[in-house]
Amino acid sequence: MNVLDEIVADQIRTDLPELASGDTVKVSARVVEGGKERIQVFEGTVMKLKGGGIARSITVRKIASGVGVERTFMVNSPRVEKIEVVRHGRVRRAQLYFLRKRVGKAATLRERRTRA
Amino acid sequence: MGLGLIGRKVGMTQVFQKDGTMVAVSVLKVAPNMVTRLRTPDRDGYTAIQLGTDEKKKLNKPDAGQLGDLPSLGTLREFRVDDLGGYEVGQTIAVNDMFAEGDLVDVSGVSKGKGFAGHIKRHNFHRGPKTHGSDHHREPGSIGPGTTPGRVYKGVRMAGHMGDEQVTTKKVRVVRADAENNLLLVKGSLPGGRNSLILVKKAQ
Repeated sequence: MNVLDEIVADQIRTDLPELASGDTVKVSARVVEGGKERIQVFEGTVMKLKGGGIARSITVRKIASGVGVERTFMVNSPRVEKIEVVRHGRVRRAQLYFLRKRVGKAATLRERRTRA
Repeated sequence: MGLGLIGRKVGMTQVFQKDGTMVAVSVLKVAPNMVTRLRTPDRDGYTAIQLGTDEKKKLNKPDAGQLGDLPSLGTLREFRVDDLGGYEVGQTIAVNDMFAEGDLVDVSGVSKGKGFAGHIKRHNFHRGPKTHGSDHHREPGSIGPGTTPGRVYKGVRMAGHMGDEQVTTKKVRVVRADAENNLLLVKGSLPGGRNSLILVKKAQ
């Protein structure tokens, strides 16, 4: 391992599930509000995975009261409490930008079932 | 003025801080520096501490003679100081002896050479239009007054050699001083390429 990887090695998390584009995930993020810290859950579809190593991030999209909301999480961040994969979606590309043009049922992805 | 340490640039990465925010850092390898010589006003006419690092297998005779019984250190640099502050020849100074997380430091290095660079890269000039019949693509424009005094002033910014000069980045925050691995992490970018020699001092 080179020196740069060694520096961040202890900050890279190993407690997270495998993530893929199209997965529906619940991200529990710590947010600080008025000096108090609480956990906020953001549930949506993983639209893209970006980066590797310490800089890995995911962009999660959901429709909240009729408005599309995208949030990007640094996967290795200590502010991310946990990530839970709810279901796998069947997708044919890595970046699901086409979801931005879709609303309602059209914005749902077919489920990819894996043999347990 | 002030004592610093000699190190080498390793590269850049990102780390999370305690509050969960991420910061881009430059990584410096700062092996313990050895005090190799003290300059005194009586003998040398000025006050300075000479530090050495980078142990080598063999030095040429003049360099080895300078070091005497000390280890064969390939890199020596002097730091001007006001007083010698109790430092003695042969003493080693590690990263954490001088720097701690949160300190501000000044970092000097030799910037990457850019060769003969045009005025756009070198002095941030604007370029002319690419099309619409323009023949004024990357020209510098007028470089001197038209009639009086009818010549180009000295120091007009033009194309020429860029980079490969000493650059000091001031007031850089130390993110981590790791004595175990002899590493110093500072926020942001620093002059020079990987493996280039870097001098780190406390910010003035």
